[in-house]
Amino acid sequence: MAQTHQFCTFYLDKLMFGVELEKVQEVIRFLEITQIPLAPHVVSGLMNLRGQIVTGIDLRRRLDLADRPEETHPMNVVIRSADGAVSLLVDDIGDVVEVTEDSFERPPETLQGKVREVILGVHKLEKQLMHVLNTEKACETAESVASGA
Amino acid sequence: MDDLIKEFLVESIENLDRLDSELVKLETDPSSQELLSSIFRTIHTIKGSCGFLGFSKLEKVAHVGESLLSRLRDGKLSLTPEFTSGLLAMVDAIRTMLGEIQTTGQDGNETYPDLIETLNKLQNQGQEPSSKAAAEASLPKEPPKKQKSDSPKENSAKSIPPDSVPAQPERALPAQPEPPAPSAAAPGETSPAQHPTDDSRSRNAAAETIRVDVHLLDRLMNLVGELVLTRNQITQFSARQSDPNLVSPAQQLNLLTSELQEEVMRTRMQPISKVFDKFPRVVRDVATARGKQVLIEMEGKETELDRSLLEAIKDPLTHIVRNSVDHGIEMPEERVARGKRPEGRLVLRACHEGGQVLVEISDDGAGIDTARVKSKAIERGVITAQQAARMSEGELLNLVFLPGFSTAEKVTNLSGRGVGMDVVKTNIDRVNGTVDLQSYPGKGTTIKIKIPLTLAIVRAVIIQSKGKRFAIPQVNIQELVRLEADRVRTDIESVHGVPVYRMRGRLLPLIYLSEELKLAKKTANQDELDEATNIVVLQANDHPFGLVVDEINDSEEIVVKPLSRHLRALKIFAGATIMGDGKVALILDVVGLAQNANIFSEARDQALAEKTAEVLASQDQNQAEKQTFLLFAGPDDARMALPLSTVARLEEFRASDVEKSGGEWVIQYRGKILPLIRLDVVLEERRSRLRHGNKTVEPDPLQVLVCNNEGRTIGIIVERILDIVEDRADVKSPATREGILCAVVINDRVTELIDIPVIQRIAEENRTLSTEHAEVID
Repeated sequence: MAQTHQFCTFYLDKLMFGVELEKVQEVIRFLEITQIPLAPHVVSGLMNLRGQIVTGIDLRRRLDLADRPEETHPMNVVIRSADGAVSLLVDDIGDVVEVTEDSFERPPETLQGKVREVILGVHKLEKQLMHVLNTEKACETAESVASGA
Repeated sequence: MDDLIKEFLVESIENLDRLDSELVKLETDPSSQELLSSIFRTIHTIKGSCGFLGFSKLEKVAHVGESLLSRLRDGKLSLTPEFTSGLLAMVDAIRTMLGEIQTTGQDGNETYPDLIETLNKLQNQGQEPSSKAAAEASLPKEPPKKQKSDSPKENSAKSIPPDSVPAQPERALPAQPEPPAPSAAAPGETSPAQHPTDDSRSRNAAAETIRVDVHLLDRLMNLVGELVLTRNQITQFSARQSDPNLVSPAQQLNLLTSELQEEVMRTRMQPISKVFDKFPRVVRDVATARGKQVLIEMEGKETELDRSLLEAIKDPLTHIVRNSVDHGIEMPEERVARGKRPEGRLVLRACHEGGQVLVEISDDGAGIDTARVKSKAIERGVITAQQAARMSEGELLNLVFLPGFSTAEKVTNLSGRGVGMDVVKTNIDRVNGTVDLQSYPGKGTTIKIKIPLTLAIVRAVIIQSKGKRFAIPQVNIQELVRLEADRVRTDIESVHGVPVYRMRGRLLPLIYLSEELKLAKKTANQDELDEATNIVVLQANDHPFGLVVDEINDSEEIVVKPLSRHLRALKIFAGATIMGDGKVALILDVVGLAQNANIFSEARDQALAEKTAEVLASQDQNQAEKQTFLLFAGPDDARMALPLSTVARLEEFRASDVEKSGGEWVIQYRGKILPLIRLDVVLEERRSRLRHGNKTVEPDPLQVLVCNNEGRTIGIIVERILDIVEDRADVKSPATREGILCAVVINDRVTELIDIPVIQRIAEENRTLSTEHAEVID
């Protein structure tokens, strides 16, 4: 029997993504965000998560997708990283899914651009593909790479 | 990494730090069995642990050191400086290897054959001349005692084959967390009398303290911050209620939260000895290398401050200490020639002062030669000769804080590598501290550093720009200026494209925050300048500049939180904080802001200097700019004045409140001690010439001008306050006595302008004189 993995899923511009459940600290609705002047484009700002200041990374921008419509509020997937908690701003939250290794595949050749950079591969689910997010890569910004952090 | 190894590293590194200071101490007290035993124990523990952790190279080095130490301890050898140097070199080698283990998990490839050779030689060297040693020469190199003194721990470790991993933790673990206890058994056998006290002392210490992960403390701090916010909401809500069932617990909550916050903050505090204890070694190294003799004295080692600050001041302090020994203190023969003791004195002092930590480093060396500073500064093009001529002694001294400035005649490998006091200043600035330098030629130099107790909570002014809130730490702020719309156009000018504000005859370069943060397009367009402007006058690296903001709100205490790595590249922000309403606001970094705006580039500096000169010249020519003076009567009714801008407040004190100790007059003023300067004493020359009779009646109340000079507050006692006048003060004649800047004509009468820095200096000299005098009398 193949080992199963649990993923927390979310959506970005109709694409489905998954993050390993143990990496997720929590999922919360919209939090008020303070924008940071001069910050890298993908950093959407800072949030107060019960007294903890969390940096928000806008995944749409990280993936070079169009900005989400102004009137919609993003959801927060707060993940644990080496540098404390980071919140990934996504469109919508999906279910927790359980998958086995057999449904996993390397990123398809047809997948191009930024999305390919930040995923480890895909799981073929019944209805659609779940892109497995490489959280470390996703949290990288051009600047943090450049500064050697 | 293996927990066991981690534990070993933490312990050993801590112990090594202690070793440094103990070895240096041992040099002054070579017969101290207590010190020798303690040093021996530390090395012994490290050696033992290495054995079963499998770090054979490290073990070898420690082993040679241990043998040498055991001979010293048994009195077979006596300590000489070579021994100390050898042992210190061993400590360094061990430290390097521990660092290697920390990063790679292995003790490295270096085997230190030279060091081992030297230590062995030292060990054998003492053997021949000493008759006692000769008698025992037939004995094996390791004294038999050694066998006995091996603690059970070591024996067990040796009996376990290195590959039997599971067996190790149980045996090793109890030995690891408290190294002094098991290793205390080793010397215990050789000196039984000492053993029990030693052992019980270390046990007690171990029982009262525990090791806590720093992250846990940080998390506690966060939680308390969160609790404070919730408390604030509850307090606000309960203030609108009348039900005592709510109001009184709410008050209780309020108190408890404050107390909790304070205590949690204290858990992050560490004594400054953590840093100070490294200095005897540093001083010894530098002094030995330069052939100098230096005594180091330390006071207030127990003064506590936040651990992050401790980390931040470590390098600047080390640099200052090195500098003092390397450049400050003279060679022994030179000192003797000047009538000083051959060994120099370096005094480190730390204390709490009004919510801040004051660290003072003073030496009794040659002092800083301001003439040399001046010529060097001119030679390097830091200032022009004209500028130099106008500068006071204090201003000249402060030139050493400018980048790339080093007055050392020759660059030594110890200090003076081009990075100098400017780095010290920048580092201290970064933690919102101040550096003050005083130097008396031939007598020595004193550097005073003031730093906040904690970086975690600071007082900040909240400002707004384009609807966004930012916090500026209050210590960076010099003053707040509001320009009404009608003055904006006339008072803000442009020099080489840089907007400047003419403030009391000086040009203040302006930065528009909204432009810096790219919140708005470049303004500087005269039309847009037509509204009232708020300027926050800030200081970065001794350069004042004005920050134009939209709104200045109130000041409050904020909890500073660091930014994540995504944002570290933004030097313009020092961190973030959570405001009372739960929203996040960014904290501006004043130094970063100035660098970002690049307002202090050389070209601009020069342009500004030229323009300032121009402005001053035009003032002289047109005599347009009037200055405001405070007129007062000095001793013997002499008419004197000070520019009003230098006077902070006018106060009246009752003569009975003045405390006189030695030659010094002080008064308690706003929770601090304010030194009072008597003009009649300071301007002595005139007094002796003009005094007609003994004026014994002291005026009561005393009229005092409270002035701030270079960060220090002094009170000047005057006879009477006369008036505040606006005058051009254009007819000048040079001063006729010390303490007077020049004589000018104000309101058609000759008036002496007093020179505060000089007066302050004379007062201080008098004070040292009179205390010496007082001691003689006592």
